[in-house]
Amino acid sequence: MNAIDPSVSRADAGDLRVIKLAILAIGGQGGGVVTDWIVATAERNGWVAQSTSVPGVAQRTGATIYYVEMAESDGRQPVLALSPSQGDIDIVVAAELMEAGRAVQRGFVTPDRTTLITSSHRSFGVLEKTAPGDGIGDAEAVTGVLEIAAQRLLIADMEKMAQEAGSIISSSLFGALAGSGTLPFDRESFEETIRESGKGVTASLRAFASGYEAAKGATPAPATLHAPAATPLFDAGPAGPADLVDAYGRLLARIEGEFAPPVRSMLRSGLQKVVDYQDLAYGSEYLDRVADLARLDDPAGEHALSIAAAKYVANAMAYDDVIRVADLKTRQARFERVRNETRATDDQVLTITEYMHPRGEEVCGMLPARLGAAIEARPKLLAWLDRRVNKGRRVRTDTIRWFLTLYALGGMRRYRRALLRHRHETAHIEAWIEQVRAVSPRNHALAVEILKCRRLIKGYSDTHARGVSKYDQVLSAVPMLVDREDGADWLRRLREVALKDEDGVGLDGSLRMVAELDGTTQTAG
Amino acid sequence: MAERSFAREVEKLRLGAGEDFSGEGILAVTKALLQSGVGYVAGYQGAPISHLMDVLADAQDILGELGVRFEASASEATAAATLAASVHYPIRGAVTFKSTVGTNVASDALANLSSGGVLGGALVIVGEDYGEGSSIMQERIHAFAMKSQIWLLDPRPNLTSLVDIVEKGFELSEASNTPVMLEMRIRACHVHGHFTARDNVRPTMTTAEALASPRRDTNRIVLPPANFAHEREKIEARWPAAIDYIRRERLNEHFGPADGKIGIVLQGGMYNGVIRALQRLGLADAFGESQVPLYVLNVTYPLVDEEFLEFAAGKKAVLVCEEGQPNHIEQALGLMLHKAGSDTVLAGKDPFPVAGEYTGTVMLSAIRSFISGHAPALLTDRYRSPNDPSGAGFEKILADNVPVRPAGFCVGCPERPIFASMKLVEKELGTHHVAADIGCHLFSSLPPFNIGATTMGYGLGPASASAFNVKSDKRSISVMGDGGFWHNGLTSSIGNAVFNENDDVILIVDNYYSAATGGQDIPSSRADNRSRSTNHPIEQAVRGVGVDWVRTVDRTYDVTKMRDTLKEALTSPEPGPKVIVASSECMLNRQRRERPLVQKAIASGERQVKQKFGVDEDVCTGDHACIRLSGCPSLSVKRLDDPLRDDPVAAIDQSCVGCGNCGEVAEAAVLCPSFWRGDIVHNPTAMERRMARLRTRVIGWLQSRRASRRLAFAKAA
Repeated sequence: MNAIDPSVSRADAGDLRVIKLAILAIGGQGGGVVTDWIVATAERNGWVAQSTSVPGVAQRTGATIYYVEMAESDGRQPVLALSPSQGDIDIVVAAELMEAGRAVQRGFVTPDRTTLITSSHRSFGVLEKTAPGDGIGDAEAVTGVLEIAAQRLLIADMEKMAQEAGSIISSSLFGALAGSGTLPFDRESFEETIRESGKGVTASLRAFASGYEAAKGATPAPATLHAPAATPLFDAGPAGPADLVDAYGRLLARIEGEFAPPVRSMLRSGLQKVVDYQDLAYGSEYLDRVADLARLDDPAGEHALSIAAAKYVANAMAYDDVIRVADLKTRQARFERVRNETRATDDQVLTITEYMHPRGEEVCGMLPARLGAAIEARPKLLAWLDRRVNKGRRVRTDTIRWFLTLYALGGMRRYRRALLRHRHETAHIEAWIEQVRAVSPRNHALAVEILKCRRLIKGYSDTHARGVSKYDQVLSAVPMLVDREDGADWLRRLREVALKDEDGVGLDGSLRMVAELDGTTQTAG
Repeated sequence: MAERSFAREVEKLRLGAGEDFSGEGILAVTKALLQSGVGYVAGYQGAPISHLMDVLADAQDILGELGVRFEASASEATAAATLAASVHYPIRGAVTFKSTVGTNVASDALANLSSGGVLGGALVIVGEDYGEGSSIMQERIHAFAMKSQIWLLDPRPNLTSLVDIVEKGFELSEASNTPVMLEMRIRACHVHGHFTARDNVRPTMTTAEALASPRRDTNRIVLPPANFAHEREKIEARWPAAIDYIRRERLNEHFGPADGKIGIVLQGGMYNGVIRALQRLGLADAFGESQVPLYVLNVTYPLVDEEFLEFAAGKKAVLVCEEGQPNHIEQALGLMLHKAGSDTVLAGKDPFPVAGEYTGTVMLSAIRSFISGHAPALLTDRYRSPNDPSGAGFEKILADNVPVRPAGFCVGCPERPIFASMKLVEKELGTHHVAADIGCHLFSSLPPFNIGATTMGYGLGPASASAFNVKSDKRSISVMGDGGFWHNGLTSSIGNAVFNENDDVILIVDNYYSAATGGQDIPSSRADNRSRSTNHPIEQAVRGVGVDWVRTVDRTYDVTKMRDTLKEALTSPEPGPKVIVASSECMLNRQRRERPLVQKAIASGERQVKQKFGVDEDVCTGDHACIRLSGCPSLSVKRLDDPLRDDPVAAIDQSCVGCGNCGEVAEAAVLCPSFWRGDIVHNPTAMERRMARLRTRVIGWLQSRRASRRLAFAKAA
């Protein structure tokens, strides 16, 4: 690509080489700092440098662009442009992966000349985060594009480097720019600029060094770029009382003995989840349920039904209840995680406040099934109970009193099977499995999709109720779809609509469409 | 003033003759004002000229030494009215604001000023927010200049030219008794460059001296019959005087060969872009030596007929490079050619697009197309046909995956919980018509909140809901920031609502600063300001104009209270406007103010508590309802390394400032128990340490007890 006559694209009229550099960042990332540093470094070396930017509202979390042009002049002032032009940029520095993608989109990265230096980390856009399901953009696909679009791509997790150095990303990006060799200045003059800035110099220089080395290729290409390969959770095997470990081993052996190889990995994850949730007997129940369902699997297929069952039956059995939350919140590992995340040191005291908001339903669910059901059957009584408990509660789990309360709640695990919530959940699971069993012989693919609809049920309180209602609505279409060849496709589409649609408006529309579809089939048939 | 120091910039204002000034364009203009012997400066902050205001506000010492009066005006109208000091007195004055929005507000005063004319030079520095990054309607300032007959300067965007034109602008104003506008484009404001400084100059007359010996002249007042005389004076005396000065001082410039088949007429602000396009076509060198004749209009109004006709004479075609629309300059030049009976072809908005910014790409393709059409021999083959990079087929991948990044509230912003509360009220009482205003709170109209239907102007939020003041089951809600409130809202919105017996809900967001423009102080700011009077409560002002129903929520992070107050306002049977003042300090400014103090206190061994929020990833189910009520940059998502999980879970990163919104929202909206707050006690007391040790021991014992009776997996699923 270098072979193209550079004067064609550079078009600096041959007399003076102007280096053009664009910096793409997100508001608040310090794009302005890097820009000032670059200008200062160029001027330190006797170059003429000009920078501009349009920091408007984009300073508040939007995408921002800074632009620098520089030239080694003989004292005369060259005329430099104030905005970047498509196809006319030598160096693009992006402070986030998708901003590098945006640079390509805007035509600032071209294969004939542009060195693209980008951080591989992601800072998600608000719409990626608010999606009820998974709305995250495909980083790998975009990275693939960057490789094609740029003449040279330097990519590494500069955010991580900066954090590890106790600095901000502008320092590691500046280091990577220095290390890329695209600017004819020595390392010392870059570092001198940082020193002169006077703030957080040591940390900045550390981050600078990481960026520099990464660009020089001294450190291996970043493996962090792609999502880490799923490491099997069972690898280490559980620790604990010998009898429990043995019994768990027997359950693992069941997996090896009773299930086809492609299903086993998911089963091991599922087993771990339900045993951790309840006990070994529960694990055994789980394997029974999946084994039952696996018998329905299409032997010619790729065990799609078994894998879906292994995954969603585990999730369904490990439903989120008060006991589970209390159990998780009082564990040692959790206390350690909180300590790490707050970066509290040993000579600091850390207190933990939990935000709980129990409702009458949750309290009822915690009661023995008959008692709970009796209250639930009396709306006035339930409303009275709800009034008593339904309010936000902040509890300090680092205090003995509240820790004990949650610890005791977590300890109710052993009575869980006798409680009302469990009865509800079990009934729900049984009905779901029954539906799969009924549909499977007539429309196998649809049965797999029914299993996957379990994904719609998640969350607590209102969120959970909304999830159940969406699940019910989506599955209400099954009778209309069961005899259609494309029935599974439709159910999958309905589920996807339901996932994305918080208020249910889109789902209603899609359901009507399915109903009409059903009508036309009938008239056609 | 936002606890941010501009001391380094202020030092640059002290540079003396021959010293090298290095910095941004707008700061160069600020220095140029002092070099020109300005007697007073006023203005209203806004991108891209906030810097001028911020720096001068911190430069009280220098201003005092020189006898220069500086004022942070209440609005652009106030700023423009300040120029009245140059009507009867030979004092140079400058005002600044953002255009075109500020000019809209200022136009009453500007029209009166330019009718009567000025004795001392009057300069209006408008920060033009047009094109990329702009947050306002895309309009030109040019029409304002024409309608009131204010001269319009549009200099080449390098620091030397900018500084020179300030001095010349004052002289032009004085020579023609006409106010002058200096159009500063956003990139020119922020361009980094150098110029050689001159000494600051004391004004020939200070405003204090003027007060000591007052003057008046009825002929300068806009009243009949003087107003009719003003119009004639504008045409018969001021215009020719201006033309004379512009020609004499050569304010407009010529570059390139004296003769040529074609030429380009351009606004000064377009110069660097035009040169870059010519460079890319092989028609100019790096230093701007052009092979095409250029006529650079550093003054875009008035146009000098003789100069242009001389330039056009003998040319086959002339291209007008004029950004924005309508194409006032092109129309005027066309008329000149027509009247002169010239057969020179005039091109402008074709090949240039009628609307939109003249980016490098637009510039290149328009100029290439003009030259190919009218002087193809100038272009060698390789420049004639565009080297269009063909799509490599990855546009779709990028379009599908590169996220839009709408502007949003900062980490810990106190406005976030206000709109989260509003969403919660919406869920209970249905959606309402929400009229928005100008300011940070307008981000509520973008994801994730999607609240707010219109924005009609600064301080006009409640005014823009006036038509909805009718009997209905639902009330309208209008939102206004504290900046808008003091700018115009107190009278145009609140006073109007009282007077018209408005029954609707007005929410005033009080974050202690004019936050969107950079955190300047306003009358209700809480900080003590050395040279301004602050601490005037909004509630008092609102009651003062006759509102009876006022509720102040003095901690917006209290989502439950915020929600209940909104509900009360929407349902209260009481007549008259229901005004809620929601107050909490802008987090950006608060952090800037508090962080160094906290660090210092910790370092000196003082007990300090820092808070941070987190999410229990095994409790979070990945529904993201919390994010839909937040949008905080620090509240993000992450994928768990767990094959059983389909969806990413919520996660809070290290930028969290512990504002409390996450917990409050989870509580008020009954979301989930995943959130926790960690209070990190720095330099705890001995008692605290003992207590913590005891707790850790007991809790640790209980934890090991339970752990010893169950299986421990290497990583909990």
